[in-house]
Amino acid sequence: MSPTWKRFRDAFRRHPTALVGGAILIAMVAIAILAPWLGTVDPLAVFPSQRLHPPSAESWLGTDMLGRDVYSRVVYGARVSLIVGLAVAALSTLLGLAIGLVTGYVRRLDAVLMRIMDGLMSIPSVLLAIALMALTKASIGNVIVAITLAEVPRVVRLVRSLVFSLREQPYVEAAIAAGTTLPRILVRHILPNIVAPLLVQGTYVCGSAMITEAILSFIGAGTPPNIPSWGNIMAEGRSLIQIASYLIVFPGICLSLTVLAVNLLGDGMRDALDPRLARRM
Amino acid sequence: MIAYIVRRLFSTIVVMAVVAFVVFSLLYLTPGDPAAIIAGDIATDEDIRRIHARLGLDDPFLVQFGRWLWSLAHGNLGTSIFTNLPVTQLIGQRIEPTLSLTLCTLVVSILVAVPLGVVAAAKAGSWLDRAVMSFSVLGFSVPVFVFAYILILTFSVQLDWLPVQGYRSFRDGVWEWLRHLILPSIALGTVYVALITRMTRASMLDVLAQDYIRTAEAKGLAPEQVLIGHALKNAAIPVVTIIGVGVALLISGAIVTETVFALPGVGRLTVDAILRRDYPIIQGVILIFSAVYVLVNLAVDMSYVLFDPRIRLT
Amino acid sequence: MHKCSALLRSMTAVIGAVALVAGLIAPVATAQGQKVLKFIPQADLRILDPITTTAYITRNHGYMIYDTLFATDAKFQVQPQMVDKYELSKDQLTYTFTLRDGLKFHDGQPVRSADCIASIERWAKRDALGQKMAESTEVWTAVNDKTFTLKLKKPFPLTLEALAKPSSNVPFIMPERIAKTDASTNITEPIGSGPFKFVKAEWVPGSKVVYVKNTDYVPRKEPPSWAAGGKVVKVDRVEWIYIPDAATAAAALNAGEVDWWEQMPPDLIPVLAKNKDVKVENIDPLGSMGLLRFNFMYPPFNNQKMRQAVLYALEQNDYVLGIAGSQKNGHPCYSYFTCGTPLSSEVGAEPLKGKRDFAKAKELIKEAGYKGEKIVIIDATDQPIVHSQSLLTAEMLRKLGLNVDLQAGDWGTLITRRSSKEPIDKGGWSIFHTWLVGPDVTSPALNFAVRGSGQKAWFGWPDDPKIEELRDAWFAATDAASSKKAADAVQTRAFDFVPYVPTAQFILPTAYRTNLSGVIIAPITLMWNVEKK
Repeated sequence: MSPTWKRFRDAFRRHPTALVGGAILIAMVAIAILAPWLGTVDPLAVFPSQRLHPPSAESWLGTDMLGRDVYSRVVYGARVSLIVGLAVAALSTLLGLAIGLVTGYVRRLDAVLMRIMDGLMSIPSVLLAIALMALTKASIGNVIVAITLAEVPRVVRLVRSLVFSLREQPYVEAAIAAGTTLPRILVRHILPNIVAPLLVQGTYVCGSAMITEAILSFIGAGTPPNIPSWGNIMAEGRSLIQIASYLIVFPGICLSLTVLAVNLLGDGMRDALDPRLARRM
Repeated sequence: MIAYIVRRLFSTIVVMAVVAFVVFSLLYLTPGDPAAIIAGDIATDEDIRRIHARLGLDDPFLVQFGRWLWSLAHGNLGTSIFTNLPVTQLIGQRIEPTLSLTLCTLVVSILVAVPLGVVAAAKAGSWLDRAVMSFSVLGFSVPVFVFAYILILTFSVQLDWLPVQGYRSFRDGVWEWLRHLILPSIALGTVYVALITRMTRASMLDVLAQDYIRTAEAKGLAPEQVLIGHALKNAAIPVVTIIGVGVALLISGAIVTETVFALPGVGRLTVDAILRRDYPIIQGVILIFSAVYVLVNLAVDMSYVLFDPRIRLT
Repeated sequence: MHKCSALLRSMTAVIGAVALVAGLIAPVATAQGQKVLKFIPQADLRILDPITTTAYITRNHGYMIYDTLFATDAKFQVQPQMVDKYELSKDQLTYTFTLRDGLKFHDGQPVRSADCIASIERWAKRDALGQKMAESTEVWTAVNDKTFTLKLKKPFPLTLEALAKPSSNVPFIMPERIAKTDASTNITEPIGSGPFKFVKAEWVPGSKVVYVKNTDYVPRKEPPSWAAGGKVVKVDRVEWIYIPDAATAAAALNAGEVDWWEQMPPDLIPVLAKNKDVKVENIDPLGSMGLLRFNFMYPPFNNQKMRQAVLYALEQNDYVLGIAGSQKNGHPCYSYFTCGTPLSSEVGAEPLKGKRDFAKAKELIKEAGYKGEKIVIIDATDQPIVHSQSLLTAEMLRKLGLNVDLQAGDWGTLITRRSSKEPIDKGGWSIFHTWLVGPDVTSPALNFAVRGSGQKAWFGWPDDPKIEELRDAWFAATDAASSKKAADAVQTRAFDFVPYVPTAQFILPTAYRTNLSGVIIAPITLMWNVEKK
C-alpha cells in the first residue's frame, strides 16, 4: 500500500467521523443521481386541494402550500445543493489555482492581483453574492458563478502562501539553479504539494457554498422557484413554520447533514495530510 | 515598526480604492432600471426619460464614477432613490441595532470560544475535546436562519422567556436592550464560536508542542500559568487574525439574522435596497461594510505589534 | 504586576456594576399614559406621494395625514367630507363647493380654495377617472377662500364619484405650494389637513413610520362609514412597524408586541386562533381580485384564440386555494367587476366557469397556429399572492403542452420588467400576475385593466377599439338600468377579447388584539375611531 493511502487510512481510523461524513456524502450523491426513481411524484405538479397535509402514508414528508409533494421535492433538491456545492468547489479551486500561481510567480502582477483579491475579500461574501445575483436573472448557473467569485479570493490566498513557502524549499531552489524550466518546476514540485491542501480547502468551500445558496434562496436572490432546492423549499415555507414546520425541518436537516458530512470529510483529510496544516486553515 | 505601519496603511487605502471601483461597476452593470420603479405603475416613456436625466443615469461610466467619488470625498454617500433621504441618514438611523448585535455577538462568542478552545487543546484527545469539536463542526453546518427559527420556536413561542422579534434601544433600559439581543446573538454567534474555537484549539496545540512550553513546565510553573501566561499569548496571533476575518462572517450573518428577528439594522436595509435596485444605498452600505472589515483587519495587524515583538524590530 | 491587574480588575467590575444599575433605573423614553397603537402594515412605505403612485401602502399613508373633499360611504353613496355645502347648477355645468369651518393644515395654515383646486388638478393629471373628468372640465375658479366652482364643458355625472374616489388614486387635498409640484415628481413634504400628523424625524424607511394625533383636527359629527363621516382619533400615537416575515409577525401579535396586523395570510389563522387575546376578522367586504395579464404585443398571446384557450383551462378554484388557502377566505369570481358590487355579473363567463375543458383549449391552441413560441412568466417570489398564481399558471400551461419559462425575481424587478415593450429575447415578457383591490375594479370607469387603449393602456397594451367604444357608451349611460346594461356589454366583449383573466376573489383577514375596539369595516385601512384599552 502506498504511503499516502496508509496516511489516509490511519487518519480515518483516528477520525471515524470523517468516514461517517464520507458515507453520508456518497449517500446524498446517490440520492441526487437516482432522484427520478426515488421521487414518488413529479416535484413540480401542483394539487391545490391537497395543500398543507402533514406527513402521512400518501406523502411521506407532507405537502406544501400548493399541494406539491415535499418528499419528492427534497429528493430533487439534493441535486441543486450538490451541484452548486461541487461546482463552486471545483471552479473556485481551478480559478484560484490559476490566479494564485500567477501571483506566486509574476512579481508585478502579484501586487495588483492581491489588492484586487483583498478588495473582493473585504466585501462580505453573502453581500457580494446577492449583489452579483441582482445583476442577472436567477438560474443555477448564475448562482454558481456568483458564489464562486465570492470564494475565489480565499483560495488564491492559500495557493499564494503555499507557492511562496514551497519556492524557498531547498529542492526547488536546487531545481532552479539546475536550470529546470518553470513548467517542469510547477508540475514536478509545486503542484503535487498543493493538491492536498487544495482538496481540503475545496471541501470547506463546498460546504460554505451550499449554505450560501440556501441563504441566497432564503432572501429571494437564489435558485429560480421552479427548480426545487433545499434553500428554496425552506424559503417558501418559512412563513408557515408554526403550522407546517416540516417544510423547514426536513430540507434543513438534509442541508445541515450534507454540509456536516463535507466538513467532517475535510477535517479527516486535513489530518491525514498534515496536522500542521491546521494552522493555515 | 514605523515602516510596517506605513506599509499597512498604504495597502489599506489601495484596497479601499479597489472596493470603491468594484462596488460602483457592479451597480453600473445592473440591468434593472430604478427610473421605471420610481415612475410608478402608470408611467410613460417620457416620465422615465425625464427621471433618467434628473438622476444623471445617461452619462458615461467614468463621468458617473468620478461624480460619485467626488461626493464620497465630501462625506456624501448620495440620496436614496426611493425615499429621497440622504444615505448617511438612512444608515445612521439603523446603525445602532447592527452595532449592538455585532458587539453582543462578538463579546459572547469570544468569551465562549476562547476558553472552549483552550480547554479542548489542554485536554486534546479526550471526550471533552471530541465533544467541543463536534459542536463546532455542527455550528458550521447548520445555516443561521434554521438555527434562528429553532431558537424562536423554543424560547419565544413555546417557553415565552424571550421576545420574538424587534429591537429596543439601550436608552430605554439596558435589560430590555439585552433581552431582545440574546436570541439573535446566539443564532449569529454559533458560526463565529465554531470558527474561533477551532482556531484557538489548533493554535494552542501548535504552541503547546513547542520547546519553550516544556521549559516553562520544567521550571515548575503551574499548568494554568503555562496555559495562559505563555501559551495563549503566543497562540494569540492566529486567533486574533481569525477574529478579524470572522467579522466578514458576522456581517453576512447579520443580514439573515436581522431579517428573521426583524431588527431594523443596516443588514436588512441592504437586502431591501438590493432587491429594489436602490443604487445609492447599496453602494453606500457595501462601502461602509468593506471599510469596517478593512479597518478591523488593520487594527488586527496593528495588534501584532503588541503580541509579536519581532515585528517591532522590522 | 499582580497587584496592578487585581486593582484594574476590581475597578472594572465596580464601573460595570454602576453602569448596569444606572441603565436599569434610567427613565424610560416613552412618556407614561400615552396611548400608542402599534400596527403591522401590508408593505413598506417608501413613496410618500399618493398621487404619483397607485401603491396601496401610500394610499393608506394618505388617509392618515390628508383629507378629501368628498368620501364614499359603506352604501357606495357619496358624502361630503371637507365640503360643507355644495350645489349643481340647473344646466348641470357648474358645481359650487363651500368648505367647512376650522380646516387647517399641519403647519397651521388654513385650508383655502386655492389649495383644493391645485390638489385636484394635480390628481386629475394622473388618475384615469380624473383624466376623464378633466376632458369635460372647462375651469376651476376660487370665488373666495372658502368657496370655489367647477365649470364643465359638458355634463359629467361622475364628478362627485370622482372626488369621492376611495382607492388609488385618491384626490387628497394638499397645500397649494406642494400641489404645484409636477405630477411626475414625488412630493417630499408630507403636510396635509388630516386627522394624523406624520413625524418625519422618527421615520425609519423599511422599518418604522410614526404618526401622532392632530389635536387641531375638526371631525364631522356623523358616525364613521368607510372614509366618510367623523374622523375621531382615539389614540395619541400610531407606529407602523414593518415586519416582512409573516411567521415573525404572527408571533409578535401573539406576544402583544404589536396590536394590529393589517393583512395576514389566511394560512396562519390557526396560529392566532388559539390565543384568546387576538381576534381575526374579515373587515374588508369587497376583497381583492387576482388577475393574469397577457402581453398583447408579441406571440403567442397577441393571438385572441390563445388567450381564449387559457379561459377554458384556468381553474379559479385552484387559484382560490393557492392564494387564500381555503374557501373561507376566497371564492371564484367570474366577472370583470368585483363580485358583490352593483355592476358585477356572470354574463359571458361560460368559458371560465364550470368544468375545465382542456380538449377545447388544445383545439383553440391548434387553431391559433401555435408554433412552440416561448412563454415567459415574470414572477415575484416576495409577494405570495403573485408567486402562487405564477406557479399555478406555469403548471397549467405546461399541461397544455406549451413552452413555459418561469422567471423569478422580486416585486421591484417585476414592475420594472412589465413596463418593457421589448420582445421576449430582449427582456420582454408574456404573462404577469397581480391583484387589484375591490374598489378599483367596480366599474368600467375605475377598472383600468379592462381597457383596450393600445399603447396608452396599462401594461400589456391590449388594442381593442370595440371595448373602448363600449366603455365610452357606459359613461354616457344616465340611469342604473342602462348603466348595468352597458357594463354587461363591456364584460361580454371582455370575455371574447380577453384583456386579462380574473383568477380569484380573496379577502385577506385582519388580526388585532382584543383590547382594541372601533376598527372600521372597510375595503381600505382606516385608523381613526380605533380605541386601545
